[in-house]
Amino acid sequence: MSVATQDTAIRTGRVTRTFIYVFLLVFALFYLLPFLVMVLNSLKPLEEITSGNMIALPQDWTIAPWLSAWSTAQIGVEPTGLRPYFWNSIKMVVPAVAISTVLGALNGYVLTKWRFRFDTILFGLMLFACFIPFQIVLIPMARILGELGIAGTTTGLILVHVVYGLGFSTLYFRNYYAAFPTELVRAAQIDGAGFFQIFWRILLPSSGPIIVVCVIWQFTNIWNDFLFGASFASGGAAPMTVALNNLVNSSTGVAEYNVHFAGAIMAAGPTLLVYIVAGRYFVRGLMAGSVKG
Amino acid sequence: MAKLDLRGVRKSYGSVEVIKGIDLTVDHGEFCVFVGPSGCGKSTLLRMIAGLESITAGEVAIGEEVVNAIPAADRGLAMVFQSYALYPHMTVRQNLSFGLENIQTPKPQIREKVEAVAKMLQIDMLLDRRPKDLSGGQRQRVAIGRAVVREPNIFLFDEPLSNLDAELRVDMRGEIAALHKRLGNTMVYVTHDQVEAMTMADKIAVLRLGELEQFGRPLDLFNTPANLFVAGFIGSPKMNFLQGRTDADNRSRLILDTGDTIDLPEGRFTQAPGQAVTLGLRPTELQPDPDGALHAHVGAVEQLGSESYLYGTFQNGTPVTVHNPGQTTIRPGDKVTLTAKSTAMHLFDTETGLTLRA
Repeated sequence: MSVATQDTAIRTGRVTRTFIYVFLLVFALFYLLPFLVMVLNSLKPLEEITSGNMIALPQDWTIAPWLSAWSTAQIGVEPTGLRPYFWNSIKMVVPAVAISTVLGALNGYVLTKWRFRFDTILFGLMLFACFIPFQIVLIPMARILGELGIAGTTTGLILVHVVYGLGFSTLYFRNYYAAFPTELVRAAQIDGAGFFQIFWRILLPSSGPIIVVCVIWQFTNIWNDFLFGASFASGGAAPMTVALNNLVNSSTGVAEYNVHFAGAIMAAGPTLLVYIVAGRYFVRGLMAGSVKG
Repeated sequence: MAKLDLRGVRKSYGSVEVIKGIDLTVDHGEFCVFVGPSGCGKSTLLRMIAGLESITAGEVAIGEEVVNAIPAADRGLAMVFQSYALYPHMTVRQNLSFGLENIQTPKPQIREKVEAVAKMLQIDMLLDRRPKDLSGGQRQRVAIGRAVVREPNIFLFDEPLSNLDAELRVDMRGEIAALHKRLGNTMVYVTHDQVEAMTMADKIAVLRLGELEQFGRPLDLFNTPANLFVAGFIGSPKMNFLQGRTDADNRSRLILDTGDTIDLPEGRFTQAPGQAVTLGLRPTELQPDPDGALHAHVGAVEQLGSESYLYGTFQNGTPVTVHNPGQTTIRPGDKVTLTAKSTAMHLFDTETGLTLRA
């Protein structure tokens, strides 16, 4: 991590420094441009867009597209707006992230501090979960969800995401805990702490950075997932991503681009928020993991 | 009463045996030091006593109770780790309280005990700090405090001083010894530093490659080492070893590989005529003497004012160290003859390494 006032051996002149900042600023603006277009168009009436002023500032500022996208727009056959689906996504993503993170942490704890025969092989097998393409598991997963009687429900979707997320969350925590001093665990053992107590009172309080990494990763993946959502929870239980697709595809007559833009920003909002709030720790956590192995 | 008994204790990892059957008894209130070079199994043995490693064979008993199957927390032990192993996210107070909380000690009582121990170890002003804000010596005290506060029957120390600088190490050595006197508990202390062993121990167990080489009081180990390994390991600077063979006709006559010949005292050793033996002479027992039987070439001289060291070689290249009180006029490059009192000689069978003391 760089510190603004870092005194490096290489002295950079004022000109060079200015050039670097201008360069960075230009690129930042360049990357922000699409988002700016989305925001601007979500705040103007449809006529302004269809008359060809995509890039211009709204002449007539309005939040009507947002209200429409949120509560009245046509999603499939129902004029419900994105609201119920937004809550579907929240109801899916919160438990799925929490469960996969906690289980990943437990796995990492056991794999590093309670070593057993073939533990590395088991870990290797778990890593495969990170590399299995989604499409391969669709049919077996559908069967399993059917057998369990949770096909087409948010619960089913949570299960799918937990199973799929475990590979990554285990990887994160195992590598993080591998660098965690085992003597602390031994000391706690002698101090009379049990299996879960050591986990809860010794390891977890020191796991901040890696928890943030894991939560951001899982949150982004699960929130943005479309394939599982479309396959296993269509209809009333569909998540935000699927609903957004339906919003865009089910316009009657004119395509309400301003409403679509508003809906897209809503769908992207939570991941954006998570990054802004916890992004610092994300980088820090990744560094900790990579440096310490 | 917390006597510690090890009976035929063994430990294997797969087919590799790292502890090869150890028997020893530490009496109540004794300070016992396990010493040996790295890889000798001393830390493994300590962890087996602590309950952090399973015991492959044999028995560990505390008091009269065999504790093989009893979990670490219930053995009535406390352990101080090499890295201190302080919980980084807890304050000193929380570190000290953790063990007591786990056995459901009432809060006021925890407070009282923690404060008493902190006062005793002079860390009472550090109670609200975190480990990262403490110096090495302070962390060490906290680690010891965490062990003391649990009022264990037996204290285990795993190389607790090896992360401290030399000066602090000497201080802490004294403090641990004083703590032992005050508490009167049984203590088992692991170190690779024989000076620590000699200065602190009531009893020393010298380990090598998972076997107990000798177990006894420090001076007994120094004066009557059971074998070449113990003789070389205990004592600083190291004992000088000279290879040789007893005369085939006169077993009291020792013909050294250095080319010198010396007479062995009558009746002290059980050497046979013509036997390959190793003569051990402590650096402090060798003196320059014009009539000495051992011819050496001085390579370096260290004058410390009140004592002096000579480093040299015998005629066949065997190194020799001489440590004498006072100052010396001998200079590097000199040829000297050395003599040793016959009562200070150690003799070992070269083949088995065992002492030939009668």
